Amino acid sequence: MDKNDLPKTPSRLSDLPAAYRLAGKAIPYFWALTVASGAAGLYAAFFLALPDARQGETFRIIFLHVPASWMSLFIYLCMAFLAALALFFHARASSILLSALAPTGALFTFLSLSTGALWAKPIWGTWWVWWDARLVSELVLFFMYVGFIALASAIEDPRRADKASALLALVGVVNIPIVYFSVRWWHTLHQGYSITLTRPPAMAPVTFWGIVLCVLACTAYAAAVALMRFRNTVLDRERDAEWVRETLATGS
Amino acid sequence: MLRFIETVIRREFLLAFRRPADLISVLFFFIIASSLFPLGVWPRVDTWLQLAPGVLWVSALLATLLSLPHLFADDYRDGTLEQLVLGAYPLAFAVFGKLVAHWLVFGVSLALLAPVFAFQFDLPGHALWTLFLSLFVGTPALSSLGAIGAALTLGLRGGRVVLSLLVLPLYIPVLIFGAAAVEAALAGIDANAGISFLAALSLAGMFFTPPLIAAALHITME
Repeated sequence: MDKNDLPKTPSRLSDLPAAYRLAGKAIPYFWALTVASGAAGLYAAFFLALPDARQGETFRIIFLHVPASWMSLFIYLCMAFLAALALFFHARASSILLSALAPTGALFTFLSLSTGALWAKPIWGTWWVWWDARLVSELVLFFMYVGFIALASAIEDPRRADKASALLALVGVVNIPIVYFSVRWWHTLHQGYSITLTRPPAMAPVTFWGIVLCVLACTAYAAAVALMRFRNTVLDRERDAEWVRETLATGS
Repeated sequence: MLRFIETVIRREFLLAFRRPADLISVLFFFIIASSLFPLGVWPRVDTWLQLAPGVLWVSALLATLLSLPHLFADDYRDGTLEQLVLGAYPLAFAVFGKLVAHWLVFGVSLALLAPVFAFQFDLPGHALWTLFLSLFVGTPALSSLGAIGAALTLGLRGGRVVLSLLVLPLYIPVLIFGAAAVEAALAGIDANAGISFLAALSLAGMFFTPPLIAAALHITME
């Protein structure tokens, strides 16, 4: 086995001190972007966007529901990409970042499901239906995140935990196209696409740009939180290393 | 290569015959679980039929879940798995043989037993046949998807709970199409669509998962 083999190319992705410092520099920018775009997006959501002709004020939950749903998919795709890096290039930094993303992904999936339920009750007249493909596949996505976190925390050896959870993340990626295309493959309760690359968005421009700002805020928030979690894990894993003692002593 | 796979399957069969308690416990779990639902629900008589496909499929799914640790745990403990990892043949072929044997021992037994216990729900004859068929062609998917989880959680403390968290979400499509096939047969509709879909899932699972399972076992054995 390649247990004691060094990675064939000691890539920069495995350079944990550099990754730790880079993350530390990036985090304030991500927080600034979160606050700025979040404030602008929420202003658009509550003051600029007009109430919907049929749904009234209820439709404003779209400004949280769509970004959360988008993030639930996007974070999983990022995790699958990092998992491939971790497995094929033995990149330690990417497997740590991968685990750092999972709780945020689970959070957004939960938000997507719960805002969807809150929106569905007044509009569809029900919190939840079991026969809608979009709803069920999103629930499966939530279970995948939970399973990932459970597996990663059940394995004590960090090397094995990294690789096993990366493999699981790659296996679970088959669910992502099912979630995305579910509204096209099965015409059930959930509506179809409103935002695509090929057509102008099926909504007022102010709503569309408000959603874009909220997506930006959620993405920046996810990046900031994941990088903070990443830094904590790096410190924990490398707690016996010289550079950690130096870094903590100088406080940088 | 084929001889190697055949040897693995033979060995698994021999082990299953020498330790019949493994299979019998799983089958009894299926019987008890599928009897608990009616006791808990206590419905009017005409709802038995509505419940039956789902209850039987969920019970079969849970029984399969309980059988998964048998795939690798014993071989892991006595060192056989290490020999297979180090052996001349790719591990994926041994895994494929184990999956086939697991299906023939556990899956086919469940498929044969389920119609017998479906009598308590008063299922008509053609629905019994569909139930058997859906389990017969659907259980390879359960074995192969479950083996991924079994390989990843091998030897972990509290591994069985984690195993169920990993595997049950993957089983959802199989459950939906399996129960839907039996429901279609009950409603007098052609159940072939569901059966074909299950067969497709099973074939894809048996073909695509052995390399993944082998990779997971390599990670575990490192």
